[in-house]
Amino acid sequence: MNLWVLSGIAVMVAGFALKVNPLLVVLLAAATSGLAAGLDPLALIAAFGKAFNDTRYVSAVWLVLPVIGLLERHGLQERARSLIAGLKGATLPRLLTGYLLLRQITAALGLTSVAGQAQTVRPLLAPMALAAADPADEEDAERVKAMAAATDNVGLFFGEDIFIAIGSILLMKGFLEQQGILLAPFDLSVWAIPTAFAAFTIHALRLWHFGRRRQR
Amino acid sequence: MIGLAQVYIVAGLVFAANAALSARDASNPKRWVNAGFWGLLALSMLAGDRLGDLGNGVLVIVLVGVAGLGVLGRGADVDNASERQARAAIHGNRLFLLALIIPATALAGTLVFKAVPELVDPKQVTLVSLALGAVLALGIGLVWLRERPVAALQEGRRLLDALSWAAILPQMLASLGVVFSAAGLGKVVGSLMSGVIPDGSRMGAVLAYGLGMALLTMVMGNAFAAFPVMAAAIGLPLLIQQYHGDPAVVAAVGMLCGFCGTLMTPMAANFNIVPAALLELKDRNAVVKMQVPTALPLLGFNIALLYWAAFR
Repeated sequence: MNLWVLSGIAVMVAGFALKVNPLLVVLLAAATSGLAAGLDPLALIAAFGKAFNDTRYVSAVWLVLPVIGLLERHGLQERARSLIAGLKGATLPRLLTGYLLLRQITAALGLTSVAGQAQTVRPLLAPMALAAADPADEEDAERVKAMAAATDNVGLFFGEDIFIAIGSILLMKGFLEQQGILLAPFDLSVWAIPTAFAAFTIHALRLWHFGRRRQR
Repeated sequence: MIGLAQVYIVAGLVFAANAALSARDASNPKRWVNAGFWGLLALSMLAGDRLGDLGNGVLVIVLVGVAGLGVLGRGADVDNASERQARAAIHGNRLFLLALIIPATALAGTLVFKAVPELVDPKQVTLVSLALGAVLALGIGLVWLRERPVAALQEGRRLLDALSWAAILPQMLASLGVVFSAAGLGKVVGSLMSGVIPDGSRMGAVLAYGLGMALLTMVMGNAFAAFPVMAAAIGLPLLIQQYHGDPAVVAAVGMLCGFCGTLMTPMAANFNIVPAALLELKDRNAVVKMQVPTALPLLGFNIALLYWAAFR
């Protein structure tokens, strides 16, 4: 067993700890592990290039930014803020718990890109959360915004696996099939339901606690 | 057929416009660095398939060199808060209608396009619908708000300047995951994890599998990359074959242990680092820190569920 291929992980940890530009760290980590595995340098560059080209869909989502920016220019964030500020009883825990539930349900129906960090958290949820929270200082505002982003992630991750045609379900089905174990996607997705309830309960409790602690 | 190729053209044009606007942005002291960075990304989107593997590799090295050594600058914001407040008062709540066009199109597209596989690539329905929603909302927004297209692109530049290098970190990490797999890193971690399990301990095997999924996901930044490794190292040979665990539970709940790991790592940049940049948080890891207290008890729940439900 060639333990040297693990050196890439050490490079990642050290690079993140020393706050080197993360893009440089990623390239260095790829070079370290790749060379340790005995890959030829040119083949390594080509392998990274091919992988980069094959994963362009990850960065393609930024095409939504011009329209988000246009809406912000016309005051979308300000509108979102005044909408929440005008609602009585719209507390931070209620707002974020409602969003969590909505995000889990839509993701469970396969509608994963209906919401997201660029589409909904930045222009809508974060300003609404700030309006509901009325933060005391900038540090408090940072925590409220970070909690809004975290709530979107929790809702997405622990909703999407209930949908039968999502990537992770198909990956598991494919893996088990290669081992001669035949399962329907439904057999797998039904086991995401207990964790979806647990995720909602745990995160909703945290939101309630977060709201209580902020009030003091 | 509409698929990824068309989405990449739209994204490439947005990045190309961003490069041109950056080059003309006198308020940004590093404007040529920014123009080079977004220009290269536009080249990758528009012509990546024609560059060849080595060509793409060289492009990545130059891209990282520009961002890492040149250090991207940031232009001035296009407008100010009081102007936005005034405009918001004029438009009222119809701004929400415009904002809802994107999710509504994503919803309609996901439902409708599945029925016409000859028109839209069924595997790419989600991304195609999202791109279509963005283009539709942009078109309607420009007419409704009486703006010129360049105003929207300038606002896009403002947001991309705020994201800076974080915009391509997720793609870089996804590529790193591929190289890590090619180097056999997952197999080494998998066999190290299976080596620590005491013989004949079902509980030990469940713990190693659940914790291993979370840990390997934190290292690779992606539960999809971790699953085949941990399933082959522990899930299949021990939990399913030796202890006769239910394969559906072992696979499904194992994957969810991995998702708990995703919440706890800066390596999952698109979920954890990019939002910090989008929300202009000072601490790059603020979102990860906020997620750890949810992820840890949930990981405990998942491991317990695995233990009870797989061996009913």
